[in-house]
Amino acid sequence: MLNRRHMLGAISAVALMASAGIGAAQDKLYIPLISKGFQHQFWQAVKAGADKAAAELGVEVTFEGPDTEAQVDRQIDMLAAALAKKPAAIGFAALDSQAAIPLLKQAQEAGIPVIAFDSGVDSDIPVATAATDNLAAAALAADKMAEMIGGSGKVALVVHDQTSRTGIDRRDGFVNRMKEAHPEVEIVDIQYGAGDQLQSTEIAKAILTAHSDLKGMFGANEGSAIGVVNAKKELGKTDLVVIGYDSGAAQKAAIMDGTMAGAITQNPVGIGYETVKAAVAAAKGEAVSKSIDTGFFYYDKSTIDAPEIAAVLYD
Amino acid sequence: MTATPAATGALSRLKASGAHQKILAFASLIVLLVFFSLASPNFLQTSNILAILQATSVNGVLAIAATLVIITGGIDLSVGTLMTFCAVIAGVVLTFWGMALPFGIIAAIAAGTFCGFISGSLIARMKIPPFIATLGMMLILKGLSLVISGTKPIYFNDTPSFPLISTGSLIGSFIPALPVPNGVLILFVLALVISWVLSRTTLGRYCFALGSNEEAVRLSGVNADAWKVAIYALAGGICGIAGLLIASRLNSAQPALGLGYELDAIAAVVIGGTSLAGGRGSILGTIIGALIMSVLLNGLRILSVAQEWQTVVTGLIIIAAVYADMLRRRRAG
Repeated sequence: MLNRRHMLGAISAVALMASAGIGAAQDKLYIPLISKGFQHQFWQAVKAGADKAAAELGVEVTFEGPDTEAQVDRQIDMLAAALAKKPAAIGFAALDSQAAIPLLKQAQEAGIPVIAFDSGVDSDIPVATAATDNLAAAALAADKMAEMIGGSGKVALVVHDQTSRTGIDRRDGFVNRMKEAHPEVEIVDIQYGAGDQLQSTEIAKAILTAHSDLKGMFGANEGSAIGVVNAKKELGKTDLVVIGYDSGAAQKAAIMDGTMAGAITQNPVGIGYETVKAAVAAAKGEAVSKSIDTGFFYYDKSTIDAPEIAAVLYD
Repeated sequence: MTATPAATGALSRLKASGAHQKILAFASLIVLLVFFSLASPNFLQTSNILAILQATSVNGVLAIAATLVIITGGIDLSVGTLMTFCAVIAGVVLTFWGMALPFGIIAAIAAGTFCGFISGSLIARMKIPPFIATLGMMLILKGLSLVISGTKPIYFNDTPSFPLISTGSLIGSFIPALPVPNGVLILFVLALVISWVLSRTTLGRYCFALGSNEEAVRLSGVNADAWKVAIYALAGGICGIAGLLIASRLNSAQPALGLGYELDAIAAVVIGGTSLAGGRGSILGTIIGALIMSVLLNGLRILSVAQEWQTVVTGLIIIAAVYADMLRRRRAG
């Protein structure tokens, strides 16, 4: 039976790949991290921090997240599978807090401590939250922007999306700070590019075409910021002040060659590290602080190599 | 009822060829279940099996819609965003307008049927290729969902019974040991109904006939365009049910969701042995295909297989399943 053998071949391929996973030590504490994403360099940096803490503390960590930040249901399925593995604790970065509540309650009933990371979960179930204060971080970007364009003029924002907590907080943090502290600065447009570099490039070009006297642009995550940089290059707008968010090789290069004035960086490695550390402590029944601020920095060409900055940037 | 020679011909061909692939797909599903059960003690526990079924419910319903369209030789790329659109419509009716639950359910299914009717009309009457027509619909509906919802999730907190559509358990209230979520029950009931429609009604017969020889259907004097529109409308209505299921599970209509879900639905359909060339397929096969996909994904997660490899394995399984089916048919024919 040729076809049956073919199916068996495929199944054994699964078996081979799976056996790598089963080999891990069984008696170690097991802590799954369910993230908002997986492929972006930012999430890979969070994973690196989690792996670092896992190695230091002698626990087993897995890291998973859906393909896009819209796939709320996929994330719920991941959380359900993680719970089935009877973990010691769970790290969870909610795409939508409400949707996850039933499963989080299930975790609570099973005595599995939940550590929220990256953005909070609107519930009292998580025993701790390890996150960046995005409102304050974006407000710092607004201050830097106002300073560099001389306190007045038109600016615009390219944001990754209008539904996620980080998208909303970074937009509002920037916009509100401008209104309060820099009333002479006018925000002429806010557009959303799904954090996709190409889409954000097109959006930024359209904004620049519509407002030829634009002085500055803020890209609210890695993909958005790179989109703004691309648009600036393609249209030859050398005077435009660009402020980005997070890091990555392309963004670091843009800061070094002067296309980008500077960027806010979170501490993704720290987010992953602190999440696992808090999870281990909670699993062992030790006290953990309810809110863990993982911090943020503004960096530019002059500070990019400073040790405290270089340590949190990723390629 | 005037069954044409072409229609009956297609039907008998289906009966001759459908069984084998279903057995093959079913055997693969059993092999996967046995393998994962042996590999991890955490796999075969009631809560995890229910989680797998729950994870299958939305994709399974979308795949049923996709099966109908694919059997006619068409394709529907809009099933994912249509699902989201219907969820948003339910949100508008229940949360924005504060109407009672039955109105939300009717509105979601009606919206789906209407959009399916539009797609079908574009394809059958304006002769736009299905790929293009439904690609257009996919984008239109993605945009409209964002516009109507004001780009924010719509929560159903004012309709406390809404989450029960998917997460409540009618079976569990009779048999407490078996708390099968209603979403799963709806999937299986829908599968039975649509199987019946395909095998026992004129609509079903024309569905296969259009896929195997549309010209013959036309020449025999049947209003092929009208039947095609009806099939797309039915598929749209089923997407409305998927919209209710996902919204009720998340207790919110998430307007940005849905893109990419059409590919998972199509994958379930082809794993289940339905031919993309049309004229051949079954709902049972599609359900097995959808189950294979969620069992595989859940099992790999339980085994802590790295996420990048999960995607690779899923791709391999799709190709292996379709190749095995092709080999069998080449030998048979």
